[in-house]
Amino acid sequence: MTETPDLEKNPNVARIRAWRPEAISQLISFRGELTLVVPREHLRPLAEFLAGESDLAFSYLSDVTGVDRFPVEPRFELNYHLLSISRRDSLRLRVRLPGESPVIESVVPVWPTANWHEREIFDLFGMRFEGHPDLRRMLMPDDWEGYPLRKDYPVEGPR
Amino acid sequence: MTTVQTATGPAKTMVLNMGPQHPSTHGVLRVLLELDGETVVKTDVDIGYLHTGIEKTAEALTYSQTITITDRMDYLAPLSNNLVYCLAVEKLLGLEVPKRAQYIRVLLTELTRIGSHLVWLGTHAIDLGAMSVFLYCFREREDLLNIFEMVSGQRMMTSYFRIGGLALEPPTGWMDRVEKVVRTFPSRFDEYEDLLTKNRIWLARTQGVGLLTASDAIALGVSGPSLRGSGVDYDVRKYFPYSSYDEFDFQVPVRTEGDCYARYLCRVAEMRESLKIVRQAMEKIPSDGPIRADAPGIVAPQREKMKIEMEALIYHFKIYTEGFAPPPGEVYQRVESPRGELGCFLASDGSPKPYRMRIRAPSFVNLQALNKMVEGRLIADVIASIGTLDIVLGEIDR
Repeated sequence: MTETPDLEKNPNVARIRAWRPEAISQLISFRGELTLVVPREHLRPLAEFLAGESDLAFSYLSDVTGVDRFPVEPRFELNYHLLSISRRDSLRLRVRLPGESPVIESVVPVWPTANWHEREIFDLFGMRFEGHPDLRRMLMPDDWEGYPLRKDYPVEGPR
Repeated sequence: MTTVQTATGPAKTMVLNMGPQHPSTHGVLRVLLELDGETVVKTDVDIGYLHTGIEKTAEALTYSQTITITDRMDYLAPLSNNLVYCLAVEKLLGLEVPKRAQYIRVLLTELTRIGSHLVWLGTHAIDLGAMSVFLYCFREREDLLNIFEMVSGQRMMTSYFRIGGLALEPPTGWMDRVEKVVRTFPSRFDEYEDLLTKNRIWLARTQGVGLLTASDAIALGVSGPSLRGSGVDYDVRKYFPYSSYDEFDFQVPVRTEGDCYARYLCRVAEMRESLKIVRQAMEKIPSDGPIRADAPGIVAPQREKMKIEMEALIYHFKIYTEGFAPPPGEVYQRVESPRGELGCFLASDGSPKPYRMRIRAPSFVNLQALNKMVEGRLIADVIASIGTLDIVLGEIDR
């Protein structure tokens, strides 16, 4: 994981920098995949920008993934895998969330497919998405206690 | 468990529970239907009945051990699951797989695609009242399962792809079986089409049913034949080629109607294209050559070497006791499974176990489109729409 000035030359990065320089706090390149680390408050505007601008056209959200870095702070991590079908391009956005308030604005209004992804992350990690239309448990029973994919949750289940 | 939020008030509508034990939900899927007479007002999909915590389990296994649980997600296409996971780990390691292994992987995953589409066609047809297609499809699928059994020892839970290559050298004579499939299947596909493509009942049940526009499909993240039936040509094999798919010549069938019939035509055409790829792979696969990458400490050494080389014996012991540790970092690998974009996100922390494995299951995402497809339609169309999405609950619930 290295940060080099070359990454700034990536057309997607340059386009975002020109629009709002503070929307990217860090650039990570690993095995040819570029990750844009985005501050929490910039995610939703950036999502609208990436999906809305016709020369970017990231209209397809492939996946949203949660990661728990316990006991490291900021503890939680969200990875948004975007795809531009018209430009055959892909991009990853990463947001880090603190353990005591894992709350972020929902991207469902931008990409409706995020609905179930965010519900699943809420269900398994306990992160909350503000403005989500229907934030309920999904895979686990409604009355389940705890969030199974957290690192402090044992693989065998609670004892 | 969950209640439908009534849109028009409880006095006019009724809520009908469908599943989780219902023959045409293709697994343990529960759908709550809010009905106004026979018209669907709203659907609420309830999943999780098959949740086995596969992503959590992977965090407690080594990278090699995890392969066996990937089979159990999409149990109709276990080799596609093996492939996406192995490719993700190989990307994490920066490992190059020998061409021979890549071509064999392509050949077997394309056979998997045909096998999966056969199950889909048979069950979809039986849902809509065409019994005989089901029997024919399962007859043909047996030929494919025999090939999988021949190379891996297992009919379904193959675990045949390993990190860096393949588990075993395919046995002699397996190509004859593949050759038989390539030779006999085109006429079998013609038979299915004779039974369905111009069948008036089939047309009445599928044409104009389960409509999904291209913009809705993209917004809802639909992928695979379900997306291509709506006129979007997104196919991972063409967009982000993996495992040497860029060396193969094939078409991606696309239809613009966006209904169940269009998706049916797409899948049938896809089976024929898969046979084309299999045919090319048969010519490309060299008769001998390595099936595993030369990566000491990561890929298990050959049995013979262990008897004469000290290092090989040590590596063998270390791989199967401790495993190997990829460098810290995250990768996302996508492949085109029979159902659509199958993604695997892997995070490594430099230990021999995946820190986080996430599977982007195409069925999970595609199922979100159900509400859009059946709103305002008749209840009978719900069955057609669930069938046409080709869901596998094993990968939805994971």
